[in-house]
Amino acid sequence: MRVGEKTGFADIPALFERMTGDEKHEWAAASTLHVLWVLYDRVLDVSPDRVDDPDRDRFLLSKGHGPMAYYAVLAAKGFIEPSILDEWTSWDSPLGQHPDRVLVPGVEISSGSLGHGLPIAVGQAVGLRLQGRSSRVFVLVGDAELDEGSNHEAIALAGRLGLDNLTVVVVDNESGTHGWPGGVAARFAVEGWEASTVDGRDQGSLYEAFTAAHPGRPMVVVARVVAS
Amino acid sequence: MREVFASTVQEVMADDPRVAVVIAEISRDAFRPSPRVVNVGIREQLMVGVGSGLALTGMRPVVHSYAPFLVERPYEQIKLDFGHQDVGGVFVSIGGSYDDPVWGRTHQSPGDVALFDSMPGWRVQVPGHPDEVEPMVRAALAADDRRYLRLSLRQNENAFPVVEGFTAVRRGSGGVVVAVGPMLDPVLAATADLDVTVLYATTIRPFDGAGLRAAVAASRADVLLVEPYLEGTSAHLASEALSDVPHRLRSLGVRRDAELRAYGTADDHDAAHDLDVLGIAAAARRLFTHPVAA
Repeated sequence: MRVGEKTGFADIPALFERMTGDEKHEWAAASTLHVLWVLYDRVLDVSPDRVDDPDRDRFLLSKGHGPMAYYAVLAAKGFIEPSILDEWTSWDSPLGQHPDRVLVPGVEISSGSLGHGLPIAVGQAVGLRLQGRSSRVFVLVGDAELDEGSNHEAIALAGRLGLDNLTVVVVDNESGTHGWPGGVAARFAVEGWEASTVDGRDQGSLYEAFTAAHPGRPMVVVARVVAS
Repeated sequence: MREVFASTVQEVMADDPRVAVVIAEISRDAFRPSPRVVNVGIREQLMVGVGSGLALTGMRPVVHSYAPFLVERPYEQIKLDFGHQDVGGVFVSIGGSYDDPVWGRTHQSPGDVALFDSMPGWRVQVPGHPDEVEPMVRAALAADDRRYLRLSLRQNENAFPVVEGFTAVRRGSGGVVVAVGPMLDPVLAATADLDVTVLYATTIRPFDGAGLRAAVAASRADVLLVEPYLEGTSAHLASEALSDVPHRLRSLGVRRDAELRAYGTADDHDAAHDLDVLGIAAAARRLFTHPVAA
């Protein structure tokens, strides 16, 4: 498989295996995988030959930890050469345990420290709107990442500014120690966001949620991936 | 300085659609309402993140607040959202080390330049006069890099042309004084009867090591560094510039050894930190008139 070849979801396990070695089923445990696949396969207006196009959509992986699913999807979609997965995290690999936008084509932000992606996404949404561009900004955060107060600064402002070019996907595997009584979506809804909660492993439901209209307000999709 | 900063930014904004301002309530009345002036409320982490997002879409963000809330509180956002993302922006603070000491320690930021100094790629400028602010702001908005402009209520009587390196204001044979920004006037008064070279610095990062070496070569290798923020902030770069020259270096600045729990005036604080004319003169006499051992 080389850059440019058409690949599908069925190729993901093999791409994972290049990073995990013998752990054959680790891909199935990745909480972000279906979200990432649906976004890159059916939602985002991005492609490897347009990584600097100012009118491209932006996807920000704020929760940079556990990036194998992200790298596998980027490889499947032709942004990176699949062979570089073999040597990931080695000295001169562009792929670390947290992604670096300077090193990896198609990666929009360097992440790893929690609570940075959503504030940056708000700035991008404002910037794109100021420039009259129709590009959209998607940002993936984890439910425990919402512990970081910077997210709540961003949630409030995005609601007040009515940033309808912004979608937050919260991958909710109930990993936060103190939890969110009443649900994650309520934290956004009270600030004026369009909010929905779907099964994070149901690609059809994810697609419907990601493409729902939300005129005049930002949208949050809570993708539940609690172990069954 | 703040008024010159705000009016210059707004003049440039009228012609340059890349320029946008992000603030967190502070100075909200200094800017006319505009879609490109984004007041995020009292949310400094978000202020820096929004600035980064604007830069990532190709804009030139100006991020502005009172120094401790611009630099210290969202330090990690500056490090990651600008440095690590490798985008440019113009950070502009007011308040300095202790412009308004009645507000206490919460509103004092003597460590701001040291914090920027911990991150690669930042140009740091400390104007000493409002007339130096406009060319600095215009140059900053026209560039693409990362810059920190440290504005203050303290100022010198005369402005100097804003240049890349240090400006020799006085030449002498008995040693070299480097005066940063608003420290120039007290340095000139404190060294009036000494035969020393006085270098004036507004751009302190990058540090003009070549300029310091040349001044030392034409004078004597005794250097007094007078900075209006944390003492010794530039001492490592002065040492590096003179690493193959036997030299003595004395640094004056806001003291590191204790938190000063006192209010009063900025002049009171200058005196407490030996940054007033008397304190600088005493340090200069000890260094320059005792050439062998102080």
